[in-house]
Amino acid sequence: MREPDKSTRRRFLVSAGSAAVLGAAPIMTLRPAEATPAMLASAIRDVTGAAVVRTGKVKLDVPPLVENGNTVPLTVSVASPMTADDHVKSIHVFNEKNPQPNVGNFYLGERAGRAQISTRIRLADSQKIVAIAKLSDGSFWSASVDVVVTLAACTDEVI
Amino acid sequence: MGSVLINVPKKASRGQVIEIKTLMSHIMETGFRHLATGELIPRDIITSFSCRFNGEEVFRADLFPAISANPFIAFFTTATESGTFEFSWIGDRGFSETASASIAVE
Repeated sequence: MREPDKSTRRRFLVSAGSAAVLGAAPIMTLRPAEATPAMLASAIRDVTGAAVVRTGKVKLDVPPLVENGNTVPLTVSVASPMTADDHVKSIHVFNEKNPQPNVGNFYLGERAGRAQISTRIRLADSQKIVAIAKLSDGSFWSASVDVVVTLAACTDEVI
Repeated sequence: MGSVLINVPKKASRGQVIEIKTLMSHIMETGFRHLATGELIPRDIITSFSCRFNGEEVFRADLFPAISANPFIAFFTTATESGTFEFSWIGDRGFSETASASIAVE
């Protein structure tokens, strides 16, 4: 009997917390629709299908505190020997709160020698970034990082 | 007409893993911004980047509006023989640019 009580209280706290966050939202200016965690999940599913995504092997390098969301350096590396039988096929990067959940898909192969890509991305808000790697054996590995953005990328800017 | 910066080592030893860095000038207009009149500015981005070595694809990327203006992409490849890397960027409104760089492998 204790367990359900506990979970109810936890649920209440979680919902109260999110209500507080929602309460703060109207202070901000009107924004376009943003990607929701559900959109993020469905974008990830488009890549992984029904496969299980495990945490590990992937390293996501992005500054935890970003001053300018218009250009955020991002590096994804995957621990892999990059041999014919064991290599990274692709790296997919997603975000949680930009208008669109996809950031980029990068296709490499054993010839890459080193499973690492770098680019610069836009972040419209403080949010979670997810990187997923597809290995040659068909398994998926992921890493995620929370990034705080002080100046958001100009998705809602009027010019 | 875009301008491009590519960084490929001029020389490498056989089997060496080298880094290739590319930067293409492009506005990468997201398609989510509005004019003061309320009109949506249409999307204008590079959607696809690829790198071929002596005709064989060694790297490819799909880009989305979340990639910053003037897309920078860096990746690695193994130097197998002397030859030429060919880079291609394809995007909205018929955007298409190519560039190449050669490498000497000893």
